[in-house]
Amino acid sequence: MDAVALARLQFALTALFHFIFVPLTLGLSFLVAIMETAYVKTGNEDYLRMTKFFGKLFLINFALGLVTGITLEFEFGMNWARYSKFVGDIFGAPLAIEATLAFFLESTFLGVWIFGWKKVSKKMHAISMWLVAFGTNISALWILIANAWMQHPVGYVLRNGRAEFVNFWAAALQPYAILKFLHTITAGYVVGSFFVMGISAYHLLKNQEVELFKKSFKIGAYFGLFAALAVFFIGDMHAAEVAKTQPTKLAAMESIWETKKGAPMYLFLIPDEKHEKNIVELFGIPKMLSVLAYHDPNATVKGLKAFPKDDRPPVTITFVSFRTMVGLGTLFVLLTLFAFYLIKKDKLIDKKWFLRLMVLAIPLPYLANEFGWIVAEVGRQPWIVYGLMKTADATSTAVSPAQIIMTIGGFVLLYSVLGFIDIYLLIKYARQLPEKIGK
Amino acid sequence: MLNTIWFALWGLLWAVYFALDGFDFGAGILHPFVAKDDLQRRMVINTIGPVWDGNEVWLITAGGATFAAFPTTYAYMFSYLYTPLFLILASLILRGVSFEFRGKIESEGWKKFWDAVIFLFSFLPALLFGVAFGNIFEGLPMDANGYHGTLFSLLNPYGLLTGIFFVLMFLEHGALWLSFKASNSVAENSRSVAKKIWPLLLIVAVLFLIYTKFATHLYDNYFAHPVWFIVPAIAVLSLLLIRVFISKESYAKAFFASLVEIITVVFTGIVGLYPNLIPSSIDPQYNLTIFNSSSSQYTLKVMLIVAVIFVPIVIAYQIWAHLLFKNAITKEDLTDEEVETY
Repeated sequence: MDAVALARLQFALTALFHFIFVPLTLGLSFLVAIMETAYVKTGNEDYLRMTKFFGKLFLINFALGLVTGITLEFEFGMNWARYSKFVGDIFGAPLAIEATLAFFLESTFLGVWIFGWKKVSKKMHAISMWLVAFGTNISALWILIANAWMQHPVGYVLRNGRAEFVNFWAAALQPYAILKFLHTITAGYVVGSFFVMGISAYHLLKNQEVELFKKSFKIGAYFGLFAALAVFFIGDMHAAEVAKTQPTKLAAMESIWETKKGAPMYLFLIPDEKHEKNIVELFGIPKMLSVLAYHDPNATVKGLKAFPKDDRPPVTITFVSFRTMVGLGTLFVLLTLFAFYLIKKDKLIDKKWFLRLMVLAIPLPYLANEFGWIVAEVGRQPWIVYGLMKTADATSTAVSPAQIIMTIGGFVLLYSVLGFIDIYLLIKYARQLPEKIGK
Repeated sequence: MLNTIWFALWGLLWAVYFALDGFDFGAGILHPFVAKDDLQRRMVINTIGPVWDGNEVWLITAGGATFAAFPTTYAYMFSYLYTPLFLILASLILRGVSFEFRGKIESEGWKKFWDAVIFLFSFLPALLFGVAFGNIFEGLPMDANGYHGTLFSLLNPYGLLTGIFFVLMFLEHGALWLSFKASNSVAENSRSVAKKIWPLLLIVAVLFLIYTKFATHLYDNYFAHPVWFIVPAIAVLSLLLIRVFISKESYAKAFFASLVEIITVVFTGIVGLYPNLIPSSIDPQYNLTIFNSSSSQYTLKVMLIVAVIFVPIVIAYQIWAHLLFKNAITKEDLTDEEVETY
């Protein structure tokens, strides 16, 4: 493999690993804050014990999310020096703002939350977790503004051999950035909700601490229903934005080869990249793709063949990832709707099969999140900045393939060990019972 | 003008980072020596527990600000110093998770393993950051064909001396921190470590100041504008004050003197570097300066507005958090079941 392929492999590995922990942090921080607020409002100790129980899991998860994030910041300079030089004027700013506005807030108040149980008032303690949650979400905003600029560069001119900012707000507030941000954070809320529901379901099945875990399941289900619906509808808007700004990505997401007016959508198809067609196309819904992408049944959808071969992303990976993500997203809406219904009818603990299903469903939102990133990043190829800079021109010239291989080996070793320990600890503490208060 | 302001801010972010994470590193390196049993070690870790994470964000901010304000320097610095940066990164990852993992399994072997991790990976980045900055002061071998150094060329005598200097500064800093943040025998042990390390630190600091004359061009700026000698003078003065405060048993004051010392030592280098961010050691034509490697004026302005508004807010709540945990950690704190500890 050459330096470009190796640098891409390294970025993919480290980013996907980082993104195992981030979505849970996004969602669980709010859920823990809601639990603690319920305790402050009602004085019911079940909520306090629940806060500490899920708070501990939050911390175990948070540690790895934090440290693996530093890797990504360093990596831009280490492996992608030509990219950093070309876009630093634009890309560096949101990263620096992210640290200033979000990371300080997150880390400082997390310190207060962990160690401040007896140092601050109950109210201030709960506020600390809200600040951690806001910090996490603000951090997502700025990194996604940076990412959205790579997908759809705006507010810049080419000058002095690089992209230079002329309008900060145009980049910060472009619809692509806002939709990507909302889609990603709500997807994180789904991860958090399924995590809380799944672990609560596990204890409900074992008939332990039933009152407490019924309450936590309910919090997870309500939050999850809101989140799953939001991901679904925002995702639809986000895809329409992609259609407008990244036609090659859209064509790859749907595996569309020929340009068509009033394009149908096939519920099942198998792409054949080599022969630039689909081997199987089944269950076509007439005009559906035009409706979804452009909200107009007669809109023209450009096929991949309309673009030079060198400008097309890998189709199969993008297509399969997109379909899997959408399929899972639909499943999450159905599951949370059913959970909501069972809670309303007070039948949750009678439906053992559903509780078992919710335990098994814990990893699914994680998968949906990872597939979402694959669609976003693989679908952008061969561009690192869409239409502006090719990935192949972005790597460091001073770094040899041997150096990258060495660090990939280092990361794989380090991340496997830490990932294994982390998941072991999460499972260990998820199985334990919430501690009694005031022994 | 904007370029110069960002150069000063760039230096300040690194200086504050070293002044804050410095005591974390020091405490991490010292903990197996000043704390004998598990309870005492937890005491050490809990003194930095509420703040280490916030301290490390100064590094992320320093990195982000380098990227945003001086992208060309960021690109060259990070790709040229590839291997040492990877080692720093791996160290910070292992060290960061060790605080979280250590107390999560009740087993002596498990805890001893993470204690070793905390020790080793507090020491390594302290040393490597020093080596990296020593090399930046000297300049890197770079010209039109790029970078000509290796990991081993970085380990030159001046780079290593700076590395040792950083380690000793952080050890003193950490020992002073524990002198008033820990209690009982841990505090006693730390005080005696602070006393023992101080003369070593003084010797190495003097060596560093002398060697800098021969290994770098840093003094050129000082001889051109002697008023700047005030910066190294404050560094020396605060180093001496540390000893005075130790004698008076005012350890918190000694710690603040150490904080000032670290910041002014970093600025001694920063003032000498100006207007370079990284000089070339082989051809001054290829120096990375604040003019040839910066962002556009527009980006520098936007960033300055953000920094002026938000950095004071950050400093305010970080000080608030430090004051919240200003009392020394006692054994009773660690045995209280309702309080989270590491």
